[in-house]
Amino acid sequence: MPKNNAFGYGRYFLSIIFAMCLNIAAWPQPMAQFNPNWILLVVIYWVLAAPERVGIFSAWTIGLLTDVLTGRMLGLNALTNSLVAFLCLRLHKRLRQYPILQQGLFIFFCLLVSQFLIFWITDSQTIARASYTFWLPVLTGTFFWPLVFFSLRAIRLYRRIR
Amino acid sequence: MASIALLVAERKSSQLDKLRSVLSMITYPIQSITDWPLHHSKETVESIKSLYSLKEENERLSQEQLIYKSQLLKYEALEKENIRLRALLEKSFKLGEQVLVAELLSVNLAPFEHVVVVDKGTRFGVHAQQAVLDAYGVVGQVYRALPLNSEIMLITDPGHAIPVQINRNGLRTIAVGSGRINRLILPYLANNADIKEGDLLISSGLGGIFPQGYPVAVVEKIILQPNKPFAEIYATPKAQLNRSRELLIVWKSEAPIPLETQETDQADENHAEE
Repeated sequence: MPKNNAFGYGRYFLSIIFAMCLNIAAWPQPMAQFNPNWILLVVIYWVLAAPERVGIFSAWTIGLLTDVLTGRMLGLNALTNSLVAFLCLRLHKRLRQYPILQQGLFIFFCLLVSQFLIFWITDSQTIARASYTFWLPVLTGTFFWPLVFFSLRAIRLYRRIR
Repeated sequence: MASIALLVAERKSSQLDKLRSVLSMITYPIQSITDWPLHHSKETVESIKSLYSLKEENERLSQEQLIYKSQLLKYEALEKENIRLRALLEKSFKLGEQVLVAELLSVNLAPFEHVVVVDKGTRFGVHAQQAVLDAYGVVGQVYRALPLNSEIMLITDPGHAIPVQINRNGLRTIAVGSGRINRLILPYLANNADIKEGDLLISSGLGGIFPQGYPVAVVEKIILQPNKPFAEIYATPKAQLNRSRELLIVWKSEAPIPLETQETDQADENHAEE
């Protein structure tokens, strides 16, 4: 396999695992409400960066693992992840041309869709009680998108692995 | 996209526990990794504690143990007396629970749920719906047992309810979680119920999950609502829900302890009196 065609699988998996750690890290209580969906952000990045390698299926698998990890209904995050991955795959050519702010708007939309799906599927009392704090991760996720984008791009382009 | 449709169908059935256990083998290392920094920072702090403070702690602990031992002696006598009295009333008495110490992993699954993860799972015989205690009171129940770890729902989770009774007069009710770590709600007590601030609530043993007689909470505030059928009553959990790292998972002894010789003795005495 030629060097310039090798996809950094190690980096890809490590970034996913790191995102999972961030997702379930025991943040202090007020901060925990703001904890964005890191896994989804990382998945979006990899779908945009390497759409020929990371597709709906890997997004689905990661979502299923997330479900087990966080004790959700099996398939909840798998569904939202694959839907968002589908949107990103459809629009990745255009999205890559966008400036980061415009990308951020799209990411906001993606996160909102996924959170709305979760809200819609888990008709739980808990979420109803959480009221507006349930939607905070969407905002913070959008806020952290440039950080995720630039750090992951630095990792991906380190020694020009693509 | 067809897989998504499959998922929606599968979600309704409960056949997926096996799949979840298998996948949890993959995700458990991630939880351990997340727990690792905090766990080891605590260990480091302990290892650099001075000899003096360790000695002091040791002394304090041995003193405490002495006190508890003497109390336990009394408790044993009381337990025997209790069994004897219950034998007089011809009632069976469930006693004796087996416990397993499990350590908390410092992970936070979902911000708006009070579910914690401990490092003991079905390989240690843990199963769902076991009661979980700490040194101060009832913590919650095992919500889902996976091979290597298990998820525990705290009593303060909004979706959790525990049958309790007031220790002072035996009034039974249900304590519901509020979603705040330091508050339980008693929504089903009438305005004229005999309850005071400072009353201790103990688990009543009804419902079959929690063993009877463990402290659950202390009544904190009572707001009478003359225009509504029930009063608004808040209680503070006794267990240190956000502080303790070691939890006890309880196995209930299913069969009641036989009332052995006392009963026959009593019967003999009754006959003698006749």
